[in-house]
Amino acid sequence: MQANASSEKTSTGSDEIIVTNLEYYPGMVIAQHLSLVQGSSVRAKHAGRDFMAGLKSIFGGELAGYTELLHESREEALHRMVEQAKSVGANAVLNVRFSTSSIASGAAEIFVYGTAVTLREDS
Amino acid sequence: MIEYGIFALLLVLGYGFGQLSEQRHYKSIKKREREMSALPAVASRYPPSDTQYQQHMVIGSVVVASDYFKSFVANLVNVFGGRIRSYEPLLDRGRREAMLRLKQEAEKQGASMIFNVKYETSRIGGRVTTIEVMAYGTALIPSQNVGAPA
Repeated sequence: MQANASSEKTSTGSDEIIVTNLEYYPGMVIAQHLSLVQGSSVRAKHAGRDFMAGLKSIFGGELAGYTELLHESREEALHRMVEQAKSVGANAVLNVRFSTSSIASGAAEIFVYGTAVTLREDS
Repeated sequence: MIEYGIFALLLVLGYGFGQLSEQRHYKSIKKREREMSALPAVASRYPPSDTQYQQHMVIGSVVVASDYFKSFVANLVNVFGGRIRSYEPLLDRGRREAMLRLKQEAEKQGASMIFNVKYETSRIGGRVTTIEVMAYGTALIPSQNVGAPA
């Protein structure tokens, strides 16, 4: 558990991009606003998961399969946004927001966007 | 006749299992909320500037479905209009669970506070009401905690 927790922490490392939904980073100043960056992912439901979900719809409760599906989808959208931020030379993405919309029954779009900036140490 | 039998069976099963899982879920939510009460999650956008913090975005999400009985009751209420009581606990459970998962993730990283928390609720298509609730925010990790998870 402990090892797991520290390995997940890599995104706060210096070589990685900072992703935050605050508008500034205490101790750092924004050197340059680069652009709005975004990432999205559209996922459809999986037949096996859908079957289980159908059963669950009688009994109610959490649909763990869907929770996982949307989580993966969100990770992918975030990843795409971070890639875009890297390509414009940013070292941080500020004020990140999510938006989810169900485009058809059985498919959801996850959209994430934020402001790519370069931060430097406050001197 | 058989159709009515199946319908009645589904209603009874839905009511029984639905109530059972709801009670269990509430019990677990209340227990975990007590455990997590030391970690504040707030909607403020301005973090304190007295200490050095690392920022890291955290997400908690959950998909919950209503049961057959609740959906039936909601459909009935829909005819007359009014407050749909059977759906209120569903949304409440979803929100609280998402918040708990958010806090759990923040705690894993040694955070002391979570700022700018936002909720997103979306409906997922299906025969019964299925919703996804997601909570996200920025975990503030005191610099001395970085690399040493709580």
